[in-house]
This record gives sequence, structure tokens and C-alpha cells, in this order.
Amino acid sequence: MMDIIRTKDVVYEYIRRDDEGAVTGITTAVDHVSLGIKQGDFIAILGHNGSGKSTLAKHFNAILTPEEGTVWVDGMDTLEEKNVWNVRQTAGMVFQNPDNQIIAPVVEEDVGFGPENMGVPTEEIWKRVEESLKAVGMYEFRKHSPNNLSGGQKQRVSIAGVLAMKPKCIVLDEPTAMLDPQGRREVLKAVHELNKLEGVTVILITHYMEEVTDADKVFVMDSGKVVMQGTPKQIFTLVDELKELRLDVPQPTLLAWELKKRGIPLPDGILTGEELVQAIKDLK
Amino acid sequence: MLRDITLGQYYQTESVIHRLDPRVKLLGTILFFISLFCFSNPAGYAIALLFLAAVIITTHVPFSYMIKGMKTIVVLIIITVVINLFMTQGDVVVEFWKFKITKQGIVMAVQIFFRIAMLIVGSSIMTLTTTPNHLTDGMERGLRFLKVIKVPVHEIAMMMSIALRFIPILLEETDKIMKAQLARGADLESGNIFKRIKAMVPILVPLFISSFRRANDLASAMEARCYRGGEGRTKMKPLKYTSRDAVAYLVLFAYMVVSISVGRLDALKIM
Ligand SMILES: Nc1ncnc2c1ncn2[C@@H]1O[C@H](COP(=O)(O)OP(=O)(O)O)[C@@H](O)[C@H]1O
Ligand SMILES: [Mg+2]
Repeated sequence: MMDIIRTKDVVYEYIRRDDEGAVTGITTAVDHVSLGIKQGDFIAILGHNGSGKSTLAKHFNAILTPEEGTVWVDGMDTLEEKNVWNVRQTAGMVFQNPDNQIIAPVVEEDVGFGPENMGVPTEEIWKRVEESLKAVGMYEFRKHSPNNLSGGQKQRVSIAGVLAMKPKCIVLDEPTAMLDPQGRREVLKAVHELNKLEGVTVILITHYMEEVTDADKVFVMDSGKVVMQGTPKQIFTLVDELKELRLDVPQPTLLAWELKKRGIPLPDGILTGEELVQAIKDLK
Repeated sequence: MLRDITLGQYYQTESVIHRLDPRVKLLGTILFFISLFCFSNPAGYAIALLFLAAVIITTHVPFSYMIKGMKTIVVLIIITVVINLFMTQGDVVVEFWKFKITKQGIVMAVQIFFRIAMLIVGSSIMTLTTTPNHLTDGMERGLRFLKVIKVPVHEIAMMMSIALRFIPILLEETDKIMKAQLARGADLESGNIFKRIKAMVPILVPLFISSFRRANDLASAMEARCYRGGEGRTKMKPLKYTSRDAVAYLVLFAYMVVSISVGRLDALKIM
């Protein structure tokens, strides 16, 4: 199957200048990244702050375009001017701060914002708004003001806003970073359902490792480079390396790893509490 | 602290006026204003007052609520009325110390009072019965003809509606920053006006920085959702005229004809 997103040797640099315009520093935020993402997958991108996740994510829907290398979204080169709007329609994006991405003063109008921009006819917009709000469980809030919603609810409205554009792929840039545990659960549940029920490719960017245990594939970034990729099991076997990358390994994985270091023969890549309990029971 | 500020004092009732197309209300308000400046006799003001009263009753908004928001403007009205009362030259009626009140002055003051009061009540009817986003929609559609002379009507309307969405968020943020600075011992309430203005700087600077960050984020989010200006955009809630709007236009037309033709009759002039 064709990759929904493919990048080849992508490089992006932020150049800092002083008041006179002289260059005072260069940050290579994305450094020769090549990756492929399969249609319908649930992908996670991990990395500590400043590792270049957001910068890479913005390449997936042509908010940024690569300085070197190429990004293809559903086969379209993001550098070509004529592709920009199709790319943005194909790969929707949800950002970290829920307050800064809701545009309209009423929930349903905000969800309609994307389709309005795409020139979708009025009746079709209403249909899409209804479907999208129902998909994230926010339909009964359609007449509310976003200001009175909780963080998790606002983020689900943002997701509905992207869904209403009927994208093949949704990129979520740390959508849970500003939420409480309850809000995080709500958002993650909505995202997983989209992937399973609607078949939308999900790219979840996060630095919470426990959010990625269900992913089909995990990419780990550090200083702009993709330094690891594989299934969650493969990645979580490499506890030493993850610690070196300043990532917090999920508690059960860490506990299993510590036990193993002390000579208890547990299997590699334990991700959840249940798995750990099962593995310990199996020891006897 | 700052949360008490209410914006756009929309008051929900199920009246006909509420359900009118915002374009009707916009044009109606403008025409009403124009009519107020056409009168040369008291009869004109009387008709305007009756018309206004009829509209107020139709809105079902309590009159006390309507004038509640006007307290701050009362000072302005009083000053204007007093200036007109004492400064107009003409036939002296009362005289004390250095002040003279003339007949023309009294007439002028009464006229100005009714004009300003009706201007304010008239425009507040529009904001009381129209939600802010309906209002910007109405402006965008109603002023579309200005695009011919390169006025960016869509952009202005979009800016207004984004401002309306973000003002409560920024107020909340200001509140937070103020509390944070107070917790660090900032003194915002004492001292003369210059001291207080200076004390505002540590609040405004972080507020500006965060506003720019928000603006930047919002621009990215809008672009990511394919926003590219008003061109080729469809509307989820397009404005549509109904028969009730036609009736409203007729009533408005009748008011204009009657009030201005009666209001300019020389026979009814008192001076
Ligand atoms: N607008 C910007 N201007 C300059 N440098 C930036 C900008 N945005 C990000 N950077 C730098 O690029 C690097 C990667 O940032 P980012 O992609 O935001 O990482 P992450 O999302 O993983 O935290 C960081 O070192 C950051 O300081
Ligand atoms: Mg980031």
C-alpha cells in the first residue's frame, strides 16, 4: 500500500538574527529525516522538548516546507504551490493549546470553519459538523461557547473541526500536554476511536510514553533526528537508551526492567501493568 | 476582578426584533440616526420617541436593563446639555451672577438631550437583540458593496469576530498575571496616577508577549484548516431575508417618510 506520508532527507533550520540582521545562531530543528507512514496506522512520535517534533509535524501539512529534501503527502509534493490546499485537506492538524486554535464563538461554527474555507455547500457543512461532533462525543455541546468547556472538551472540538474536513490523516501535536488526566483520557479515547472506526491515519506527537503503548509504530526523535523506530514492544525494550534520551519509561516497563536487572527472568517489552502481572504469574 | 466586564450586552428573548436579519437592524439604526438630525420641530422628536417606544416594547427587553448600561454616559449627556443651556446666545430668560439662560438655550438643550438619549437607546437596541457574531455577519454581507472600492470587508469582519472570541480569554489571562504580580508584592492600587500606570507595565509586557504567541498559533491553526481569505468561501449559516424582514423594511420606510415630512413642517416650529 502507498504511504500516506513519506519524507526523504528533510532538513529545516531556524535562523536567529540580531537587530542588524546578522546571523547569531542556527538551530537545525529537523535533520535529514526520512520516514514512511502507512495509511490507516496509528503512529506515535516521541521525543523530549526541543527535539524537533513540532517542526517535523508542521511539514506534514505544508505549514512549513523543507529547506532540503522532500515531503510527500498522499503522493503530493508539499513544495509545489498548487498542492498546498489539497495537502492541508488530506492531513489535518490539531495543536497543543486548545484556546489558540478555536476560531469561532460557538462550537458548531468552529467545526464548520474548515469546510467553509474549502467551499463546501451549506447543507453538506451541517451534515459534516453533526457527524464530526458525534464522532468525538461533543454533539450535545454544539450550541455552547468554547470558553465554558473543559480543556479535554475543547481539544475534542478541535479534533471535530479537523474531522469535518474529511482528512485521510490527522496529526496531533501534543494534544494532551495542557490537559488534566481526565481530559487526556477523553482525548486519547476519541483519537483511538477515529483510527479504529473511521480508519483515519493518526500521528500522535507526545512525550508521555504511556500514551503510545497501543501504537502500530513509534518514532523517537532527538536533536532533529529520528533515532529509533519500531513497534512499542521493540522500543520499550531499550530502556537504557530511552533514559539517555531523557524520556520517561512507563512504570510497569521500568519495574520489569529493574527486576530483570536483578536476575528475575521476565520477558522483554512489557508495556502495561496487566502484562507485568501476567509475566510474574507465569514465572511460577 | 476583570471578569465582571461584559461584552456585547446581548439579551436573549424570543421577540420578532431578535429574529430580524442583522442587515435590517443595521440599516434601521443608521436611518433612525439620520432621521434624528433632520427634525426642525418638536413633532419630529415626538414621532421618533413613539417609534422608539414601540420598538422597545416589541423587543421584550426590560427597559431597566436597557438603561442600566447607560449610567456611564449620563455624565456626558449632562455636560453637553449644560454647555448648550448656558452658551447659546439669544433672548435672556433667567440671569444670575455671570450666567444667562436664554430661550434658544433651553430649546437647544432639550433638543440635544433627546437626540443623544435616543441615539444611545437606538444603538443599544441593536446590540441587545443581535448576537455579536450575527452582527459581524450582517456587517460583512451588508457592507459587501464596499469591496468595489477595495475595503477588505471580509477581513474586517473576521478580525472583529476573532477579537470577540479572544477578549474573554485575554481578560482571564490579565487577571492571572495581575494575581501573579500581586503575589510577588506588586502594588497596583496605591499612589498617584503615574505610579499606577508604571505599575501596569509588568502586567502589560507578559500580556503582549502571550498575545503575540496566541496570534501566531491562531494563524497556523487557521492556515492548517485551509483558511485563505473570503475568496471561494461558503457559509455554514448564510444570511437569508424572510417576509418578516420585508415587513420591517416597509415599517422603516413609513417611519422615515412620516417623521421627516412632519418633523420639517415650519408651521410646527416653536421658534
Ligand atoms: N519559531 C522558532 N524560531 C526559532 N527556533 C525555534 C522556533 N521553533 C522551534 N525552534 C527551535 O527548534 C528546535 C525544535 O523545536 P520544536 O520543533 O518545537 O521541538 P518539540 O516540538 O519537539 O519541542 C528547538 O531547539 C527550538 O528551540
Ligand atoms: Mg512541540
